[in-house]
Amino acid sequence: MKMRIQLYARFERFWHWLQALLIIILLVTGFEIHGSLKLLGFSQAHQVHLFCGWSLIILSIFAIFWHATTGEWKQYVPTLENLDKIARYYVCDIFKGEPHPHCKTREQKLNPLQRLSYLVLKVFILPLQILSGLWYYYYNQWPVMGLSGSLETAALVHTAAAFMVLAFLIVHTYLTTTGGTLLSYTMAMITGWEEVEEG
Amino acid sequence: MNLAEVAQNVGLPGRKNCGACHFYGGGADGVKHGDLDSSLFKPDKKLDVHMAVNGPNFSCTACHTTVNHQIAGRYYSKPAPVVHKLALPKDYGNRISCESCHSAAPHKESKLNDHTDKVACQTCHIPRYARGGVYTKMWWDWSTAGRFDKNGKMIVEKAVNGTIAYHTKKGSMRWEKDVKPEYAWYNGKMGYLSLSDTFDDRKPVSLNWVEGSYNDPKARIFPFKIYRGKQVYDPVRKTLVIPKLFGKKGSGAFWAEFDWAKAVAAGMKETGETYSGKIGFVETKMYWPITHMVAPKEDSLKCDECHSRNGRLASLTGFYLPGRDRSKGLDTIGWIVILLCLAGTIVHAVMRLNGRNKMKKEQLK
Repeated sequence: MKMRIQLYARFERFWHWLQALLIIILLVTGFEIHGSLKLLGFSQAHQVHLFCGWSLIILSIFAIFWHATTGEWKQYVPTLENLDKIARYYVCDIFKGEPHPHCKTREQKLNPLQRLSYLVLKVFILPLQILSGLWYYYYNQWPVMGLSGSLETAALVHTAAAFMVLAFLIVHTYLTTTGGTLLSYTMAMITGWEEVEEG
Repeated sequence: MNLAEVAQNVGLPGRKNCGACHFYGGGADGVKHGDLDSSLFKPDKKLDVHMAVNGPNFSCTACHTTVNHQIAGRYYSKPAPVVHKLALPKDYGNRISCESCHSAAPHKESKLNDHTDKVACQTCHIPRYARGGVYTKMWWDWSTAGRFDKNGKMIVEKAVNGTIAYHTKKGSMRWEKDVKPEYAWYNGKMGYLSLSDTFDDRKPVSLNWVEGSYNDPKARIFPFKIYRGKQVYDPVRKTLVIPKLFGKKGSGAFWAEFDWAKAVAAGMKETGETYSGKIGFVETKMYWPITHMVAPKEDSLKCDECHSRNGRLASLTGFYLPGRDRSKGLDTIGWIVILLCLAGTIVHAVMRLNGRNKMKKEQLK
């Protein structure tokens, strides 16, 4: 039996899509500042990057507050349980049309692999990206802040994190097509409602 | 002469007084400096925001202030004051640096102010020099001087742009206008090659050099005209020599006899210097700081002029410049990871499609 449940709250969807938009703009303008592409010109790319960077920081503060107050942070507690089944599903069973081994519920909307990868994104990659960005941007103030190091180190850490974010974005976007239809996961993230197996 | 009238009319020197010599350094209009020529007698705002006759109309002494009979400026190895303290026109003091009036943080955008510790104002605000229509001499090859035509007359050849390309008295030359400066770290101090200094004659010899580096807290990236040419030297002792240029026939003067060997012999004898007796020609270069012809802010350099792979600062290495520099290793690994992700998702998608088609066929059976 299938049934429709609301998986994603209104703020969660707003946060997800705004974060997605900001990250894509930050990647494009960031790689322009890096010299990999030419689109807006360095000056404008820098201005847009700065604006989106601060927007992402403010959005992240709201998101952290939301996760803390709703208890939704528990969705990201990592587990090894059934991780092997999920892995086998994506490298094997998915091609045979077998059902997804994880039953989504309101309490467990993420499968173990999602828990792990989103946790890495949230507690490692994005903080690394944001902190290295601030470190990179405010290098003139390092002496005042008691920091030291070379601008090159800050720039390279920020670049490395950008590659991680881009890699995540590619794989994440592809995996949204693995639902019942190509767009069913995406629609769930837009409407909040998803059709799930009754557990 | 009515000395009373003279005494009662003493005033500050005007542009004509200073320009009469300084605009014509090197023998003619714009030859030497590149940022000082006759176009600055009556410049518009585009050429010089401070001296513009339709703008502030500053005279030279507005910035080149005099304290205890010392006119502010840069001479020989002594830097123009690099202590960037404020000294507005109402104050008595040295006003030679841009910061004297503008401060070290004059931009509305804070990131631009972050540049002022390492980049001189001139670097962005003088995008090109010799912008007033007067050509400046960029190349002067003395080795070809002294050629005459078949009638024994002096040769004067003109280039396509109307400037003199060859003159029997001076040799071959090249002139340019609207020139992009070259850039170097500069803490305000200059070193000069003197007659006793030896050099390596296998590469262009620097007649002067600017001091400073990225790690020097007083040094900033500064624009220069680099004046290149070829001149006579002593190939045995590897030193410069002094040729006698003008004089009567029989004095050995080059412009009378057109013989470099005689000119150098005469010049060295007259100055009491010694040399090997042999002469040759060596390529030389000289740094001329660019600090006049400050453009309006809308004409200042855009970020990409330096923040790009092959920008104006491409040859200024030893520090990380965003947009120009990267770690090739990190970029290679990064893009390989991205390609693997793309390839992985494509292969996965194709396998899903195949799986689905297979299942459909089985259902039909």
